[in-house]
Amino acid sequence: MNKSADRSEMLERLSPLLFTAGMFLLWEAVCRLFKVDPFILPAPSEVFAAMVQYWRPVLRHSYVTLWTTMAGFAIAVAFGIVLGLIVGWSRVIYRGLYPVMVGFNSVPKVAVVPVLVIWFGIGEVPAILTAFLISFFPIVVNVATGLATMEPELEDVLRALGARKMDIMLKVGIPRTQPYLFASLKVAITLAFVGAVVSETIAANAGLGFLMTQAGSNFQMPLVFAGLMALAIEGIAMYALFALIEKRMTRWAFRSSMSAAG
Amino acid sequence: MSAFVEIDGVSLTYRGATGDVPALAGTTLSVARGEFAAVVGPSGCGKSTLMKLVTGLVPPTLGRVALAGQAVDGPVKLAGMAFQNPSLLPWRNVRDNVLLPLEVVEPHRHRFRAERRQYKAQADELLATVGLAGFAERFPWELSGGMQQRVSLCRALIHQPALLMLDEPFAALDAFTREELWCVLRDVWHKIGFTVILVTHDLREATFLSDTVHVMSARPGRIVTSRLVDLPRPRDLAICYEPDFTAIVHELRSRIAEVRQA
Ligand SMILES: Nc1ncnc2c1ncn2[C@@H]1O[C@H](COP(=O)(O)OP(=O)(O)OP(=O)(O)O)[C@@H](O)[C@H]1O
Ligand SMILES: [Mg+2]
Repeated sequence: MNKSADRSEMLERLSPLLFTAGMFLLWEAVCRLFKVDPFILPAPSEVFAAMVQYWRPVLRHSYVTLWTTMAGFAIAVAFGIVLGLIVGWSRVIYRGLYPVMVGFNSVPKVAVVPVLVIWFGIGEVPAILTAFLISFFPIVVNVATGLATMEPELEDVLRALGARKMDIMLKVGIPRTQPYLFASLKVAITLAFVGAVVSETIAANAGLGFLMTQAGSNFQMPLVFAGLMALAIEGIAMYALFALIEKRMTRWAFRSSMSAAG
Repeated sequence: MSAFVEIDGVSLTYRGATGDVPALAGTTLSVARGEFAAVVGPSGCGKSTLMKLVTGLVPPTLGRVALAGQAVDGPVKLAGMAFQNPSLLPWRNVRDNVLLPLEVVEPHRHRFRAERRQYKAQADELLATVGLAGFAERFPWELSGGMQQRVSLCRALIHQPALLMLDEPFAALDAFTREELWCVLRDVWHKIGFTVILVTHDLREATFLSDTVHVMSARPGRIVTSRLVDLPRPRDLAICYEPDFTAIVHELRSRIAEVRQA
């Protein structure tokens, strides 16, 4: 065991914390030094004070955003996997559906929210659907890519044994999409979160987006920032969770790509 | 000896976006049951295409391919194949990689669950014959390139195929490992007695292993010479330095030089 190596490893582990703390200190210093109007940019101390003061509403609205995001994300995962497998299954379907999906994906989802509100009214349903609509695309693309990049030689080996297309999918295709799927989940969860909050900002009566719009129109700047902080924390937590799941589920993919690189 | 593999006046043209590519033109070749045949020829002359024709993975444009007296009109459902790239499944350990064909090919696929233990023993035995005893539980990324190629060979042999198709299986290996695997292949072939078609660029490899070496012309390919290798068996690596052996290699070499010029 080497002492200086130990220390540098420690430093590497702590560095995210150090950088975050440093950023807050800088923010605080700027606010105090230039006497920034708390109405324009409240100092972190004021933001945290607001979080403590309003912890009940912040927690309640965070919870609403969390579950709408998760609900939309869950639908996106189920739908994305199924559609990805279908698209990756046949070239004809791939050719036919791809432009449609790209077109669909390039529509800004904010523009869809008013439509959803007309259909489903103000509330959680538009938030869930926006989260779903914004996040399923990367899942579809990744799952389809996992299937499409199968080594043709392996397919030949199996076909020469009389394997049906279904066999090849089950034995090779689906297992090999796993790392692609899990890589897409951490992107998709962040997108779902964005979708839910955007929808809440426009048309909802609960959730962090709603809380911030309300606080903004009441000129409660520290509460707006408390909402922002809650958003950041929730976003980081969800990303970290899925990054961890990815690492756990697809260890072989990391190993084998490492050995291929070496 | 009756012909096991019969290719009769076969032509094959690939249809591409930038025009048609004639890969084979009037190829005729026959391989007896239990014979070890090698195919050599300039790069791009259609050797891999020939393998796909014999296994029924692509249909000929013209002519007839027959296997064991039956016309081939679809994947043959019995051939073992191995390529230059081992293409093992990284999420399966060595044994489960070797067992893959048994999960697919008739009649084993229906017995697989019930007789798993016996199949496992069979896989371990085969791994031992190629010098991989004790590696069954390892994963592909833990193996060297030569070891992976041995596993690939075992995968091609596990269901005791009547026909083994090898497309430059040793091309990516160093000279020592390659010669070692020649001997492995020679011994397995002596023991089981299947029919082999081996595509290679190495004329010594072709001469050492096979009963007949078929030389193909430049693209569009056809067989221009079939040279009987009448060296006594069993052959030892030392034979590579005997005058009879080198004479055959030289003859083949000059023949290929001729067809490349033409
Ligand atoms: N799927 C395909 N579509 C179109 N053309 C193809 C296809 N596969 C092979 N060809 C063409 O057919 C010819 C023969 O290809 P093939 O792979 O059989 O050659 P080969 O003898 O195996 O070459 P090498 O020794 O380099 O492996 C080549 O000119 C190649 O460009
Ligand atoms: Mg080839």
